[in-house]
Amino acid sequence: MNSQAATAVSNSKAPTMWRFLLSEMKPRGKWFTWFNVISIPVIITGLVLIVIRFANGIGAVTNLTQEVPWGLWIGFDVVTGVAFAGGAYILTFLVYILNQKKFHSIVRVTVLNGFLAYLFYAGALLLDLGKPWNVINPIIGNSFGTNSVLFLVAWHFLLYMLAELIEFSPAIAEWLGARRAQRILSGMTLAAVIFGITLSTLHQSGLGALFLMAKEKIHPLWYSEFIPLLFLVSSVFAGLSMVIFEGSISNKVFSDQISEKSHKEHNRILHSLSGICAVAMFAYLFLQVLNFIHNKRWDYLNTPMGYWFLTEIIGFVILPMVLYFYSYRVKNITLIKVAAVLTMLGIILNRLNVSVIGFRWDAAVRYVPSWMEIVVTLTIIFIEIWIFRWIVTRMPVLRESPAWARKEH
Amino acid sequence: MKTAGSDSKAADDTEFHGVLYDSFACVGCRNCENACAEAHGFPLPQDELVAGVLRKTSETQRCVINAYSTPNGEVYMRTQCMHCNEPACVAACLTKAMYKTKEGPVIWREDKCMGCRYCMVSCPFDVPKFEYHSANPKIQKCDMCYDRIIEGKIPACVENCGVALFYGTRRELIAEARKRIVENPGVYVDKIYGETVAGGTGCLYLSSVPVNELGMKTNLQNASYPALTKGFLYSVPSVFVLVPTLLLGINKATKNKPENNEEDE
Repeated sequence: MNSQAATAVSNSKAPTMWRFLLSEMKPRGKWFTWFNVISIPVIITGLVLIVIRFANGIGAVTNLTQEVPWGLWIGFDVVTGVAFAGGAYILTFLVYILNQKKFHSIVRVTVLNGFLAYLFYAGALLLDLGKPWNVINPIIGNSFGTNSVLFLVAWHFLLYMLAELIEFSPAIAEWLGARRAQRILSGMTLAAVIFGITLSTLHQSGLGALFLMAKEKIHPLWYSEFIPLLFLVSSVFAGLSMVIFEGSISNKVFSDQISEKSHKEHNRILHSLSGICAVAMFAYLFLQVLNFIHNKRWDYLNTPMGYWFLTEIIGFVILPMVLYFYSYRVKNITLIKVAAVLTMLGIILNRLNVSVIGFRWDAAVRYVPSWMEIVVTLTIIFIEIWIFRWIVTRMPVLRESPAWARKEH
Repeated sequence: MKTAGSDSKAADDTEFHGVLYDSFACVGCRNCENACAEAHGFPLPQDELVAGVLRKTSETQRCVINAYSTPNGEVYMRTQCMHCNEPACVAACLTKAMYKTKEGPVIWREDKCMGCRYCMVSCPFDVPKFEYHSANPKIQKCDMCYDRIIEGKIPACVENCGVALFYGTRRELIAEARKRIVENPGVYVDKIYGETVAGGTGCLYLSSVPVNELGMKTNLQNASYPALTKGFLYSVPSVFVLVPTLLLGINKATKNKPENNEEDE
């Protein structure tokens, strides 16, 4: 029905186009769902809190201190969120660089997720900036702090969002029925993918490199000169676990969008991904152990922070890694999903341990996020899901492209 | 002192200046705190100076004097921005709002700052303070009275002290500190805090007891902090050249289409 509308648009003039866009803006589906009931009040509260934040300053809603200037909004929204968004560069690598076509059916939805993640985490970043109106300074060139890791990360965010938008743009063109644009934009995919992967390797590791100068402030069990490498390697299985998790939910929630063939394929894809995750996690574990021994961190193990470190490594790296290996061997899809959830929890733990929990662990006043910080974080996630849902139910993301687009492919 | 040379070269001869604090000479009168507050428009500090009660710099107080009970009696220590030779905050700043002037002070420029607080994360001395309760927040830290320095004056704290604070080029101050150590045997610890820590700082400290007993950080590295990110930043150009090439190569190698000529860029 949707593709018919799209074709109709392409054949007629501009006014119809507007009517089409307007009709697409309207909400669809049931209003009274569990997700709406929970998310709408949270979003409204969050928006109020954001107004308060801009009126009275960051201190009005957050518990940040002079010793711990980065809290949940940076540690979770940005640092953790970007790791989870890493699935897009791994999948585009598999599909467009290694030409592994079996992953093709999920590449679009993953890129869309990645793009929205970056868009909203960059948005979350604006909330955390004291003077967000100066955010253009490092971009328009009146003051390039080129020796800053954050300068590199900021530019990479921006360029990577552009690359992901180009990667996703054929879907928009197909939705609008713009055949010529679809052809041109599809032709740019490979270039965007190569550019995007390069940017990703640098900013995934760059997020870790941000903490290199905080040498004495981060607990020694989490600080090392290899943080950038650890962040990069862990972004591989963080991103893919997110793909497994999100894919499993999308497959249920948007099952009307997905063809019978894709449904069947999905388990095969999850199975392949679990193998990649297992190997990547092994590499990561190896690096962690090597790092631990090389830096002689034994003395810290028998301390509260040491137990916390062991919880992270044993419970949320070794355990999900073994689960991934095992479920790959026995082809147990449920176990793969369990492993994905555990892995994601492990990534949240790790990123927060580096950026918040282990940061100034010795400070007299510990930072604990306020409920308002948590609500604002949830608001951002919920709005993102709303937008995601809007796009998925309209554009060919999960469902197949219209026939004309497939023929030209 | 200046050698013959072109006028444009003369500017480059400017040396880093700094402040020497002699903790042994300090009597804890806190004139420097008051002068600082007055010079920068902050309320005068009202709290009492009690040995063992740690006072901290804040968004309304750029320097503090603390008192410590030691075997040598009550000893005072001053805390403010260290004005590092190679400041972590400056390397961290993506807008060049934090700026190391050629005269030595590390200053903060409001029109450039976007308030990301990465300077605070990076500073090993926890110096920059952020106005959390302002809709248009500033970063507050000692700027060695840079406005006064470019007018040819000396920092307000130094001007109002006279016994324990000295302003001059870093070289002169180190020479002066050494002289004091040598001429007063047994009085000072034979170490100038700030000479090597964090790659050397503009603020230098002399004391009669080891500085770790006076709340100073002694777990910091002697190398400069920006050097910690050097390796990563230097790898960026290589990654930008090598990774795309590699990816394109793999892409061509793994393509197994029967008709190669159909879809080539």
